Amino acid sequence: MVNVASTFGRSGTHDFVLLRATALVMAAYAFFLVIWLACNPSVDYNAWSGLYSNLAMKIFTLLTLTSVLVHGWIGIWQVLTDYIKCSRLRGLIQYVVVLALGVYWFTGLFVLWGV
Amino acid sequence: MKKIVFSVYRYNPDVDAKPRMQEYTLEVEKSRDMMVLDALILLKEQDPTLSFRRSCREGVCGSDGVNMNGTNGLACITPVSSLKGSKVVIRPLPGLPVIRDLIVDMAQFFEQYEKIKPFLINDDKLPPARERLQSPEDRAKLDGLYECILCACCSSSCPSFWWNPDKFIGPAGLLNAYRFLVDSRDTATEQRLDDLDDAFSVFRCHGIMNCVEVCPKGLNPTKAIGQIKSMLLSRAV
Repeated sequence: MVNVASTFGRSGTHDFVLLRATALVMAAYAFFLVIWLACNPSVDYNAWSGLYSNLAMKIFTLLTLTSVLVHGWIGIWQVLTDYIKCSRLRGLIQYVVVLALGVYWFTGLFVLWGV
Repeated sequence: MKKIVFSVYRYNPDVDAKPRMQEYTLEVEKSRDMMVLDALILLKEQDPTLSFRRSCREGVCGSDGVNMNGTNGLACITPVSSLKGSKVVIRPLPGLPVIRDLIVDMAQFFEQYEKIKPFLINDDKLPPARERLQSPEDRAKLDGLYECILCACCSSSCPSFWWNPDKFIGPAGLLNAYRFLVDSRDTATEQRLDDLDDAFSVFRCHGIMNCVEVCPKGLNPTKAIGQIKSMLLSRAV
């Protein structure tokens, strides 16, 4: 059993399930947007506003942003623990990445809130 | 007669500042093929300072694992004719510290092997008088697992093992872990799974299958690791 503080208590099973569950949500969101854009060739402000003012779309988008946060957090942590051997540098990069992911999430939340 | 050119990794930490590749030429009869180990033995006759491990010379002991033209394998069962290219490039197994020339330090590899407790654990209070019997079906589950000879060709071809050799068990260790997880006579399944359920030991395998590609015994560690993941997931969900 390998105990590493930077996992915040997550096991390999947790990471495995979370990565796949969030990937499914992001894939579904991307698929939905591609279909929507294909069905609406001339997209203007009103069309975007109409789409994102729908409560279901707000929930779906927020769910996707949360998935980006979780997927990015775990995925980047895995990549960094593979390639960055200096623990201070790894911790710093992980910190910056998590902050950026947090900014994306809050920015998305406030944008959705205003639609 | 034909000439075969070999480029062999040379490094003696007592003498050399850094590793180098040394070229050798062997003249052999045109119709003759040989194993890479035979070639290495002939090269050692030319240059007695060349060092490598060997023992059984028939793919059983796992001593002479080396990297030949970029692919890990056992020198004793790899024909020189099977290696493509203008010359045969022989290096030590990648990712393991070099002791000298083609000899690597296997300590890290065996530390990971030790972690999986590679022995039968049975806490039955009343052990049978003669032996623990298995049905033919249960015994068949061990096929493709028990044959591992611990040559380290698989683990040393695995990037996850290169990056985290102190945390990731590696394909060889995990193949053996699964061998005991599916053994009907072993009663420590839960304890074994507890020991493996962290972010590194098993789940650093991303299924790139280098291990399957290079295993000289034709085993499938990726499949065994997938089975361990399934066991961990099915008890967690």
